[in-house]
Amino acid sequence: MILLRLFWEFFKTGLFAVGGGLATLPFLSRMGATTGWFTQTQLTDMIAVSESTPGPLGENMATYVGFTIAGIPGAIAATLGLTTPSIIVILLIAAFLRNFQDNHYVKAIFACLRPTSTGLIAAAGLSVAVMTFLPGDVDVAKVGLAAAINWKAVLLAAILLVLTRVVKQTKKLHPIVWILISAVVGIVFDFAKA
Amino acid sequence: MLQYNKYDSNTIGADSMNELWELFWVFAKIGVMTFGGGYAMLPMMQRELVENRGWITDEELLDYFAIAQCTPGVIAVNTATFVGQKRRGVAGGIIATLGVIFPSLVIICALAGLINRFDNLAVVQNAFAGIRACVCVLIFNAICKLWKGSVKNLLGFIIFLTVAVASYFLDISPAVFVLIAAIIGAVPEFIRTRKDIRASQGARADASGRTHADKQEPGKKGGNEQ
Repeated sequence: MILLRLFWEFFKTGLFAVGGGLATLPFLSRMGATTGWFTQTQLTDMIAVSESTPGPLGENMATYVGFTIAGIPGAIAATLGLTTPSIIVILLIAAFLRNFQDNHYVKAIFACLRPTSTGLIAAAGLSVAVMTFLPGDVDVAKVGLAAAINWKAVLLAAILLVLTRVVKQTKKLHPIVWILISAVVGIVFDFAKA
Repeated sequence: MLQYNKYDSNTIGADSMNELWELFWVFAKIGVMTFGGGYAMLPMMQRELVENRGWITDEELLDYFAIAQCTPGVIAVNTATFVGQKRRGVAGGIIATLGVIFPSLVIICALAGLINRFDNLAVVQNAFAGIRACVCVLIFNAICKLWKGSVKNLLGFIIFLTVAVASYFLDISPAVFVLIAAIIGAVPEFIRTRKDIRASQGARADASGRTHADKQEPGKKGGNEQ
């Protein structure tokens, strides 16, 4: 039953997540909350693993979640679930609608869908950021905001932000470089103990 | 089309199996060589599918990418389905798609097994605590990149802001936002199209009426209006 459920949850994600890659993030974030299959923290770790391995991000996330819930059969069920809607849609388009992307309805709908998808990712990204920089196990009301903030993580993120957006020599480096560096920094400076 | 027929005309079971296998293999190769997906795989696909095999043209590849962006699902998967379908019909589409997801299935299962086994070690926990800060930056950078292609005018900005705020604070499924956005995009376009059709029909009726009148009674133009 769990395999069917995995297939179905990822089928829905595959059907509505438009724009590839991180578009699956808001759906996964909600899936974690409604099914209890994984926490926001685990989801963030999955993003890191998916970004550092070959293959499409959405597929990697599906495989990781499926494997964590129900082993290799779970990984296959989740990945096929995510992929099935797009196979069906593409086969239909290939058969009937050769100039699908030039259709004026498609254009009008996607002019609205793109900012929606970006907005959904922004909201999900904000949840990930809040969870990272303001860990949930600290009571903000009791210790105060300054003590609740994970300053080590904030400092690392600020440095990475400058290196990936401002400094010309390092801007173009692959994300995997930054993930590996961050792992080393985390180990050296005991990041788990905020 | 010509090549497709060529394969069809001497269809022997083994030949067809060979090409299905090649579809699987080529897309598995594409899947394993690309990190991050999306446009990162465009040059790789160009070399494997256009230059090395001549299965599709550059224009077709760009079309597939354009369509993939207006359809649900991962770009790499959508492109694989297209190319596979073009070569070997529905079976080809499915086989090529399985090829592109196969490597990540294997790699991620192996990694997930390792990580889930060792995730209570202090070293692993520290590493992931550092990586989480990095992921926030990567997501922020991805949003900045998406922003350029998606928020192009005031309406786009309003949609972005409304969805981001509503989705963060309210407990609503992302699918609901996607459906509402599709309706908001489609309805004005539907009304505009209807209006255009009516306007062009009116213009045609008007024009034909005038020529009709001109031909029949060129001298009595004023009489028509009474």
